[in-house]
Amino acid sequence: MSKRIDVKDLNVYYGNFLAVEDVNINIQAKSVTAFIGPSGCGKSTFLRTLNRMHEVLPGARVEGEVLLDGNNFYGPGVDPVTVRTQVGMVFQRPNPFPTMSIRDNVLAGVKLNNKKISKGAADALVEKSLVGANLWNEVKDRLDKPGSGLSGGQQQRLCIARAIAVEPQVILMDEPCSALDPISTLAVEDLINELKDQYTVVIVTHNMQQAARVSDKTAFFNIAGTGKPGKLIEFADTTSIFNNPGQKATEDYVSGRFG
Amino acid sequence: MTTNSLTTSQGAGRAGDKVFSGAAMAAGCLILAVLFGVALFLVVQAIPALTAPAEDIQGGNGFFAYIAPIVVGTLIAAVIALVIATPVAIGVALFISHYAPRRLASGLGYVVDLLAAIPSVVYGAWGAAFLAKEISPAYDWLATYLGWIPIFEGPASATGKTILTAGIVLSVMVLPIITSLSREIFLQTPKLHEEAALALGATRWEMIEMAVLPFGRPGIISAIMLGLGRALGETMAVALVLSSGVLTASLIQSGNQTIAAEIALNFPEASGIKVNTLIAAGLVLFVITLGVNMIARWIITRHKEFSGAN
Repeated sequence: MSKRIDVKDLNVYYGNFLAVEDVNINIQAKSVTAFIGPSGCGKSTFLRTLNRMHEVLPGARVEGEVLLDGNNFYGPGVDPVTVRTQVGMVFQRPNPFPTMSIRDNVLAGVKLNNKKISKGAADALVEKSLVGANLWNEVKDRLDKPGSGLSGGQQQRLCIARAIAVEPQVILMDEPCSALDPISTLAVEDLINELKDQYTVVIVTHNMQQAARVSDKTAFFNIAGTGKPGKLIEFADTTSIFNNPGQKATEDYVSGRFG
Repeated sequence: MTTNSLTTSQGAGRAGDKVFSGAAMAAGCLILAVLFGVALFLVVQAIPALTAPAEDIQGGNGFFAYIAPIVVGTLIAAVIALVIATPVAIGVALFISHYAPRRLASGLGYVVDLLAAIPSVVYGAWGAAFLAKEISPAYDWLATYLGWIPIFEGPASATGKTILTAGIVLSVMVLPIITSLSREIFLQTPKLHEEAALALGATRWEMIEMAVLPFGRPGIISAIMLGLGRALGETMAVALVLSSGVLTASLIQSGNQTIAAEIALNFPEASGIKVNTLIAAGLVLFVITLGVNMIARWIITRHKEFSGAN
């Protein structure tokens, strides 16, 4: 249940402003792909085009193709709601629904797609998802308490549980650890390593060490200057991006000379 | 001997602090004093009516026999107003906050706010001169086809000046209050939660159900309570629209009365114990409003743990 993503000639706009220019990238199934680059280079913007969350903002639009195992997300008649059930997303700041219990948070997406679910099946799914997110042991005795009562790291893992409960093909993570302490970060990174056995994972990160630790392949995005569009500079195996980059800009960035 | 340099304070900043905290404190106390003063006035002036012999009170059966029907009438009018206004107001607020294109939304929001600026006597005149006449055929229809339900029992009032018309006019009056407050609350829904819902594959309506409405729930309740406050206390519109009378179950016959309209219509010519009776009626209205607000508070705090405030 994981699929590959192929992006062809993708241009991303905010109104008339071209934010990301001409991206071509092939993301492998069952792997972790990291997007790195300086602030404002468009890596988060690009990530949000992979589940059509970009167009939620007024005036935002996309030209080009994103293919999930050959099916174009941006083809005519494709409903963004369908796309988003296939491609889950974890955000920068943990965002469990504050009005729901831990259990209801995990089931939130499932209830949307499949309104009727028996209590037994729901219980099994809650346990499976929370186990999958390495959170079960911490919360199994308080499933009816609000999700907002958990620590930041636990909340983020709850969000991951919520995302995997709907069994998507791909999981996108937009700087999932930037609001977390080092120990919670480690817990989430371990989880990412386990998730790639089943899912295609794409992660945006500001933290180069994190990209080196968790990803199989790394894409480096850069921006020529303010007001210029972001571009994909280099996409290769993580080891070669960090040890033997093909581009001067990549080398400067990963060696800490800018960014 | 050395002095501790940290003990010398810079006077100006501290003085400003003190002035502000004093002013805030005074304002807070003033509210309590005014509320207490009003309550005290109502109680003191109401006591003669409450203790007077039954035959001295209008109707001749004592204060409670006098007040009970108009309490029920007040509640009926307010409930009609809220039942009509709440769904419409929430719908309009959601349309403005989440559906309408931005330019239309700001224009519409402005129009709704304008509705709140129309004086109640204008609504009353509109209700009495226009709405009552136009709506009476509908009452005839209700009496003919739904007359077996006690609240629609015929014969319908020929003038249309009924408690249902008064309730409809009230609903138009409370609509802008509930709409503006709900709209402000819906706009404050964290983007983070809306995006969480959308990213799970929610449609726009499911996103509203999942993120916007639960987040706005305490605010919606407060908005409804403010609307209810206006509906309970509204005087002029009811006095003009309703052709009042004894308590009647049917909403489409003339009859019924509300406390506020009763006071306004009778106060100018009242004297002696009649004045005390009307003030006692005011006290009852005050207690009802207070009770309603306390229930609303209780509903809101009951769900505090899940409110998102923690």
